[in-house]
Amino acid sequence: MDIHPRRLVGIQPERVTNVSSTEFPGHYPDEDHSWDLDKFKRNLKIRVQRLSQRSIEFDLVGVDASIANAFRRIMIAEVPTVAIEHVYVFNNTTVIQDEVLAHRIGLVPLDVNPTKLDAKEPGESPTDRNTLEFKLELECKQNPAFTKASLASNPNPSDKDLYINHELLSSHLVWQPVGEQAERFADCPVKPLNPNIVLAKLRPGQAVDITLHAVKGIASDHAKWSPVATATYRLHPNVVIKKPIPFERAEEFAACFSKGVVKIDKKKRTVSIDPHHLRNDTVSREVLRDPEFASLVELSRIRDHFIFSVESESAYPPEQLLVEAINVMQEKVAAMKAAANALLSGGVVGEEEGDDVVMEDA
Amino acid sequence: MSGGVPMPAPRQDMEYLCADCGAKNEIKPREPIRCRECGHRIMYKKRTKRMVQFEAR
Repeated sequence: MDIHPRRLVGIQPERVTNVSSTEFPGHYPDEDHSWDLDKFKRNLKIRVQRLSQRSIEFDLVGVDASIANAFRRIMIAEVPTVAIEHVYVFNNTTVIQDEVLAHRIGLVPLDVNPTKLDAKEPGESPTDRNTLEFKLELECKQNPAFTKASLASNPNPSDKDLYINHELLSSHLVWQPVGEQAERFADCPVKPLNPNIVLAKLRPGQAVDITLHAVKGIASDHAKWSPVATATYRLHPNVVIKKPIPFERAEEFAACFSKGVVKIDKKKRTVSIDPHHLRNDTVSREVLRDPEFASLVELSRIRDHFIFSVESESAYPPEQLLVEAINVMQEKVAAMKAAANALLSGGVVGEEEGDDVVMEDA
Repeated sequence: MSGGVPMPAPRQDMEYLCADCGAKNEIKPREPIRCRECGHRIMYKKRTKRMVQFEAR
């Protein structure tokens, strides 16, 4: 695997080199680096490396860091989801204060497809198109089955033995279909994503009676609307062995890297890098601390090879998140294009509904 | 006798909660503040029955 040196970010013992891309127009004489769609299409690669119910790892190759970072930020903060926003407390005698409990309830991820709900504009009244209603009712009681006699057989009773309803859980959120919602959400019942989130602990005599309204929003407003738990990327590591590693020190050399990165062939007595496991390396630079090894290897990362790791914590399946981020980005580009066109024709933007870019002649 | 003291509105007896044992106590005006269950002399007023609205933020 030989990678063009222009694509590499050098990693030295105490600094990184060639951080920025140099492939822009005018940098190299006699080379044309103006943006070209065909060239971009040829270089762009997306490959899913690992997919589970809640997380995905995929490679995005051949884009600039600004694009990869834009997708990361959009996934974190601008893909819409549904979360509880208004809390109407009728009774709460638990030790958790109303406002703290309200905050905790708001952070519960809901399993609601956001496309089935309209965004509620500020000041707009709640309707069955933009709001979901939930009820949260619980009362803690002594467990009548547990008596002084049962204390003999169970000298250290747990809360579960002693009380009924001693924990307020996210599974106690009960959706109240309003209007045509029962029909609209028939194929995907509205519920919290995780039924086991403890919202409050109760003791006998304490009770909770709350009505809740959930609305659609984006995480740049509040983090509770973030569809991801994490969305990060790192650059693909690259290790080049310049001169053969002395076989007597092969194990020592392998220990400088993450597991599986270094292949030791005992028959041929050679040491090499496994290109498939190379992605798992943490690039700890441990190898550069050894005076002998330091002159034999070259560490770097591939500047345009992004290894994304995304965990969904919303109704979106993890593989859908990049698609949604691209949709959001396209909307932004469309708004930008309309504004730029209007500027070019000397007109005033803002004719279309929902356009908040207003430009006037100077 | 004319006039006299106007009938006070038939008020519900106020229920309080003992700060020590949590028992419900009805306390009438000019009665000593003392828990019937445990004798504790600190009482809490009950939570309002009105709805309180919050933003989940």
